Amino acid sequence: MDLEKPPSEIKSESPARPEVTLLGLFRMFLTLGAISFGGGVVAYMREYLVRGEHWMEDEDFLDALEVSETLPGLNAINLSVIIGDRMYGVAGAALAVLGMTMPGAIVVLAMGALWQGELHFRVVGYFLTGVAAAAVGLLVALTVQLGHYQFRRLIDIALIAVTFIAVSVLHLSLPIVLLAVAPIGIWLYRPVRGRVNPGVPHFRRHPRRGWFRH
Amino acid sequence: MNRLVDLVGVFALLSVLAIGGGTPILPEMQYLTVERFHWLTDRQFRDIYSIGQVAPGPNMLMVLIIGYRLKGALGALAVGLAFFLPDCIITLFANRLWEHYRDSPWRASVHYGMAPVVIGLMLSGTYAIAALSIHNVVALIIAVSACSILMWRHVNPGVLIVVGGILYALFAH
Repeated sequence: MDLEKPPSEIKSESPARPEVTLLGLFRMFLTLGAISFGGGVVAYMREYLVRGEHWMEDEDFLDALEVSETLPGLNAINLSVIIGDRMYGVAGAALAVLGMTMPGAIVVLAMGALWQGELHFRVVGYFLTGVAAAAVGLLVALTVQLGHYQFRRLIDIALIAVTFIAVSVLHLSLPIVLLAVAPIGIWLYRPVRGRVNPGVPHFRRHPRRGWFRH
Repeated sequence: MNRLVDLVGVFALLSVLAIGGGTPILPEMQYLTVERFHWLTDRQFRDIYSIGQVAPGPNMLMVLIIGYRLKGALGALAVGLAFFLPDCIITLFANRLWEHYRDSPWRASVHYGMAPVVIGLMLSGTYAIAALSIHNVVALIIAVSACSILMWRHVNPGVLIVVGGILYALFAH
């Protein structure tokens, strides 16, 4: 196995588009980093990279998303690494991540510097409370949509409940919870002759469309 | 100096634990930054989270504010590298490895085995933010409305976030 080669050179059926330059790649991710708001970064990426620019097939995007969701890290960042790497190797991955994070980093730091831990206007505090409340609504919708398959299976509901109780009720630390529950989950879904796991990734099959529904 | 080392340690750990994205690590981040190291109060943690919501790009860029608040520009840079670099390196190599094991049946096992754990952790992260922000009926109505609208229609979540903030400011004022 050759880990030094970017996947584009290993897997020839999804070649990098030659007309996209390294600078063009950086500018695309810089744009995505600047215009995507409110936790929907992955949706923006799919809209621009697949539907807009046709840099990749939807199938490849969903494959990359599946990998991104399984590995540690933010989905948008992991996707940037995978897509950048596929197109231009390590340099592409680095520039994609830089472009994706730079605009937000500047804005966040500017707002953070103004904030300084104290709020000089009460209305700003109210605004931020409302933002957090709306974010809760978003997170519930996102979780329900991502887990629509899991919420229908008894085994999965049990694993969801155990994980939630361990973290939110018993306040166990995250490394312990992950080390205890994840192997059980993987073991329950271990490859067994004659049993076919549903196709991967599951969310592709969902008939209804939504912002978070990929 | 010690504080910088603590910052790097905490965010590098969170980086590696962030399976399923940023939301699953919110309870752990809150515990480490508020209760364990006393870098922030609960309210400051929530405000920083909200600032991340209204900024463009990944919401979790909000961790930079924690670094900036404690150690200035150097702190922001250190936290940024500690939080993003390990995941990028893991993803780069794991993805190349992953391509190699494309047809392994364990790939589906990992996917389906991890999915409920990630969903459970996302519920925990959601609960942590809800406990910090939903203290009255107005906040509850905003959360329920935002959720219902997203379940029902293809709406830009950024718009809902900002409208939620404005509505709360109007009603609570």
